[in-house]
Amino acid sequence: MNGEKRVLIACGTAIATATVVAEKVKEIAKEAGITVRVVQCKAAEIRGRIATFNPHVIVATTPVPKDLEIPVFNGVPFLSGVGMDELKAQIVEALKAA
Amino acid sequence: MVPHWRKMETAQKQSKVEQRWVQENLVIVPMQAESARDAITQLGTRLQAGGFVKDSWIPAALERERTFATGLPTPEVGVAIPHADVEHVLEQVIAVGVLEKPVEFGEMGNPDSTVPVRIVCALAVARSELLVTLLQRLVEMFQSPGVLSQIAGAGSPAEIVGIFDHHIQLE
Repeated sequence: MNGEKRVLIACGTAIATATVVAEKVKEIAKEAGITVRVVQCKAAEIRGRIATFNPHVIVATTPVPKDLEIPVFNGVPFLSGVGMDELKAQIVEALKAA
Repeated sequence: MVPHWRKMETAQKQSKVEQRWVQENLVIVPMQAESARDAITQLGTRLQAGGFVKDSWIPAALERERTFATGLPTPEVGVAIPHADVEHVLEQVIAVGVLEKPVEFGEMGNPDSTVPVRIVCALAVARSELLVTLLQRLVEMFQSPGVLSQIAGAGSPAEIVGIFDHHIQLE
């Protein structure tokens, strides 16, 4: 483990789905023994937040640009329950690799 | 950060009593709709008639759905959770429609894909913090095995109110 990992969570309004996803990400990081700092933003703010927050990983519940050059995960499985275990594993792997 | 306090006095008063989120007159079962738009409009019309939302709710929810789709590819039965921003809401409540035949909603987070939806939960939430809590409870409920099939198979509004009451009580 090499220090705190930064995760940016993006959704339409930065309040509802992002908060649900943020809680899940904190939970899985804790289980995996990874220290994370989680910041939420609106989809429209994503580029600005990348510049200021410099996240290792992005989890979004809304479409985001494809040229961000940071691993981006679709966080909707945290809401639907479908594919959640795979997503958890992928995020943990990306955080460890970051 | 404490946004919109002045607008939220009604919501605060309401949240002190135990909140029932779904009422029988806000449940449409079985529901026939031609499209997501039609389903949102029908549920919005119920919300409006009951005085739970402003007239601006329907156009706001339709516009939001176009920008940020709310179809969830949940197991067993697809669900959508259309909603509008808090400023269009007067009193918080959920209107529920159980469609006889599914309609396609855009998939949340995936603009190229749609989800066949049979359960539409139109959320009227007057406080953004409460939307988060509500969403967490709804997500847990959607992920409980069998619950969505139970809702999709319910024969009466009373039965649906019972299922929601059981799963999403908020203080």
